[in-house]
Amino acid sequence: MYKAGPPIVVVRNLNKSYRRGDEIVPVLEDITFDIGQGEFLALMGPSGSGKSTLLNLIAGIDMPDSGSIEIGGVDITSLSETGLARWRASNVGFIFQFYNLIPVLTAFENVELPLLLTGLSRKERREHVETALDVVNLTDRMDHYPGQLSGGQQQRVAIARAVVTDPSILVADEPTGDLDRVSAADILGLMDRLNIESGKTIIMVTHDPRAAEKAHIIRQLDKGVLNAGSETHH
Amino acid sequence: MQVLKLITKNAFRHKLRTGLTVLGITIAILAFGLLRTVIGAWYAGVEASSATRLITRNAVSLVFFLPLSYREKIRQVPGVTEVGYSVWFGGVYISEKNFFPNFATDAKTAMDLYPEFVLPAKQKKEFLRDRKGAVVGIKTAERFGWKIGDTVTLKGTIFPGNWEFVIRGIYHGARKSTDETQFFFHWNYLNETLKKAAPYRADRVGWYLVGVKSPDMAADVAASIDKMFKNSLAETITETEKAFQLSFISMTEAIVMVIRLVSYIVIVIIMAVMANTMAMTVRERTGEYAIMKTLGFGGLYIGALIFGESLIIAAAGSALAILLTFPAAKAFGDYLSQYFPVFIVSRTTIYMDMAAGLVIASVAALFPARRAIKVRIADGLRRIG
Repeated sequence: MYKAGPPIVVVRNLNKSYRRGDEIVPVLEDITFDIGQGEFLALMGPSGSGKSTLLNLIAGIDMPDSGSIEIGGVDITSLSETGLARWRASNVGFIFQFYNLIPVLTAFENVELPLLLTGLSRKERREHVETALDVVNLTDRMDHYPGQLSGGQQQRVAIARAVVTDPSILVADEPTGDLDRVSAADILGLMDRLNIESGKTIIMVTHDPRAAEKAHIIRQLDKGVLNAGSETHH
Repeated sequence: MQVLKLITKNAFRHKLRTGLTVLGITIAILAFGLLRTVIGAWYAGVEASSATRLITRNAVSLVFFLPLSYREKIRQVPGVTEVGYSVWFGGVYISEKNFFPNFATDAKTAMDLYPEFVLPAKQKKEFLRDRKGAVVGIKTAERFGWKIGDTVTLKGTIFPGNWEFVIRGIYHGARKSTDETQFFFHWNYLNETLKKAAPYRADRVGWYLVGVKSPDMAADVAASIDKMFKNSLAETITETEKAFQLSFISMTEAIVMVIRLVSYIVIVIIMAVMANTMAMTVRERTGEYAIMKTLGFGGLYIGALIFGESLIIAAAGSALAILLTFPAAKAFGDYLSQYFPVFIVSRTTIYMDMAAGLVIASVAALFPARRAIKVRIADGLRRIG
């Protein structure tokens, strides 16, 4: 059984709401929990329960109304937009349901994209990209455009892009939602490997119980509230 | 991977849309360039005028002549180097559609005063020797296929009758801006004929061409000449050649203003078309920009991508337009040479074409870029899928 490391993500009294016309719709209410270093966490819940919103807040691509999110000792809710962008670039890797690759760039160029924000030389960038593509076993497809790759291959490119900067946290929003069973298993296996072999902390939103089984801990969200006693350990 | 590569790839992602936009910009900038050239052609006479040449004409109107006797008096004014004279002949070659400017002039002095009309020494000598001789600009000579020694008959409109001339010289312009369509002949030939047919019209000139020592003296010389003939039967107005040319243009200023206005409207229209293209592009890529922001790219980078793309499309259209402006202006100028003897695409016009392209690109990208920068990542990501 998995043994949790010290908390890398500390979420306290998190609240988030959206405005729909004159109405304020609460999405997350008083969320408090920790994620340990090297943990593989699955967030589950029905549609509209606030899973993706919580993931976006932890990943620093949205801001809460109140509460705090500390990641690796940094309170990301206090960062400016530019500071947050810099923090994301070096600390978080993103994996999306629809891969979200840039269609006019090759697999190599897509993976290289986050490295353009670093001070790495062209040669160093090439080495990093090749290593990342090697991890996802796609070095032979590096010159292919997303349109020339299967869904599973595109998601592997997206994973290579997520890990190329060697972030400590990977966030994945329905990473297998658009894939067939075989490709989904392949992607989950890859994520599992990144968690075990590279020690990446993974936070994954999913509807798929089979995907959630890969996680060490499953947390259930319902109507914006983290259900007490919803934590399942594998 | 370079940023420029991504901008270029983005610019040509929708080939048909980009192609049509480039075509639109090409047509607009081409039209802009040609309209600016038309305005330039309108002012060609002004541009070609010399600061050391004055024109003295009748104070009432150009249609009233001045006595020949003024010549010697003008010559006595301090600062005057030479005095020539001319008459607008207004002759027609075969039919009125074959228009070209033609003058009776004091040949020898006129040739000294207008060094920009370059004539070989032999032709000049032949012209001065032949009372019926005429000199014509290369453009008019080529237009009608005239050669040295050809006899040309002009039908007089102001001075009735058929007037025969022998082409003794064909001049070239010393500069690109020199009018190469003029036709001039000896004033003596006209005057001698008038003395017989209409003596009351003889010994008169349309205007005097006055050479001055230096441009600084022009104002004083002009004032002295006009003062000399004050309260005479034919009072004068003396002005620089530039002011004289501008007085003609002022009569058609409204047309020039309309042309200028249309040239700007063309740019505003294409700016709206381009802005629409960029707005569509950015709306389609909202998700991609959100991804890039997610990866850590800031608003400045996203703005640069959009501005860069707009600039590439506008630059492609502008470059094509500039390349096409020269052959188009040549064809346009050849076709309308009787109206616009000098039709040259100036360097200023090319710079204005470039500036128009830059303005189109910048304005078109401004609002879409602002929108792309402002949109929240979470909202942008919702557009995907």
